Amino acid sequence: MMRELSLHILDIAQNSIRAGAENLDIRIEENCCENILLIKIGDDGRGIEKDSIEEVMDPFVTTRTTREVGLGLSLLQETAESSGGSLSIDSEPGEGTAVTARFKLDHLDRPPLGSLADTLISLIAVNPDLEITYRHQKDGDCFDFSTEEIKAELQGVDIQEPGILKWLEEYLRENIAEVRGLSHPVLNL
Amino acid sequence: MKSLEELRELRREVEEDMKNRSKEEKPEIIIGMGTCGISAGARETLKTVLDEIEKRDLDVAVTQTGCIGMCEKEPLLDVKLPDQSRITYGQLNPEDVQRIIVQHVINGEIVEELAVARLEE
Repeated sequence: MMRELSLHILDIAQNSIRAGAENLDIRIEENCCENILLIKIGDDGRGIEKDSIEEVMDPFVTTRTTREVGLGLSLLQETAESSGGSLSIDSEPGEGTAVTARFKLDHLDRPPLGSLADTLISLIAVNPDLEITYRHQKDGDCFDFSTEEIKAELQGVDIQEPGILKWLEEYLRENIAEVRGLSHPVLNL
Repeated sequence: MKSLEELRELRREVEEDMKNRSKEEKPEIIIGMGTCGISAGARETLKTVLDEIEKRDLDVAVTQTGCIGMCEKEPLLDVKLPDQSRITYGQLNPEDVQRIIVQHVINGEIVEELAVARLEE
């Protein structure tokens, strides 16, 4: 079980990385009026054949060869469905894959979003060549982040440098807390 | 609030710092980031590693791997020092990670009681 939705995001992003993605797009929409929380993870990896889309949701199916189960997507599907939502996968072989999870924002069983900054930093720290775009919308407000933009500022200095990662972590934490309207960055509901 | 102007400042500092680095092979820390690893606390393990590297000003390469089939021992972390066997550590909490960094990565001494596997070079 994942305690936070941000851990599911980290996990689903690993599928993209293993599918050879060079670009990863993470979107979060919190819509209080419609009581919807939407998480969308899109990539330009190798994609999934139409016939296999249903199969990948099955916990007893994986393309891996080291073991016979692939749990990530089915765990997220279960979490979404038990929070009054759903999971869908759109994919085109050779084009990429988009995983969309919907939740009822105020559902009692919906796990908290958790630390999105930690998830983004975890992806950046060990995948320096992966380009990530992140958009977090809450009602009217929006925060956009892109590793490409940061790398342009760094002018050749490695994004994995410990001091840079530390700065990015705080930058993300502050900005995500602000767009979410949280008074304190540690509150992660 | 952090601004990109601040990042430009920091970039210049890091650039200076990088001139003093040695070109020798670095120690490597590898984190298991499969579904099993993440649900057992891999993100916290990685965060502790990054914090320690920053705090102690270490020159270490951090990479990731997927599920290696030792799910019950997650979160897993491997240490590979140049010219030495790769050691896998398991069921780690943040204090264990700090200890591995000080004792193994910095001082070159394997933390026997936390090790779960050894891959000969």
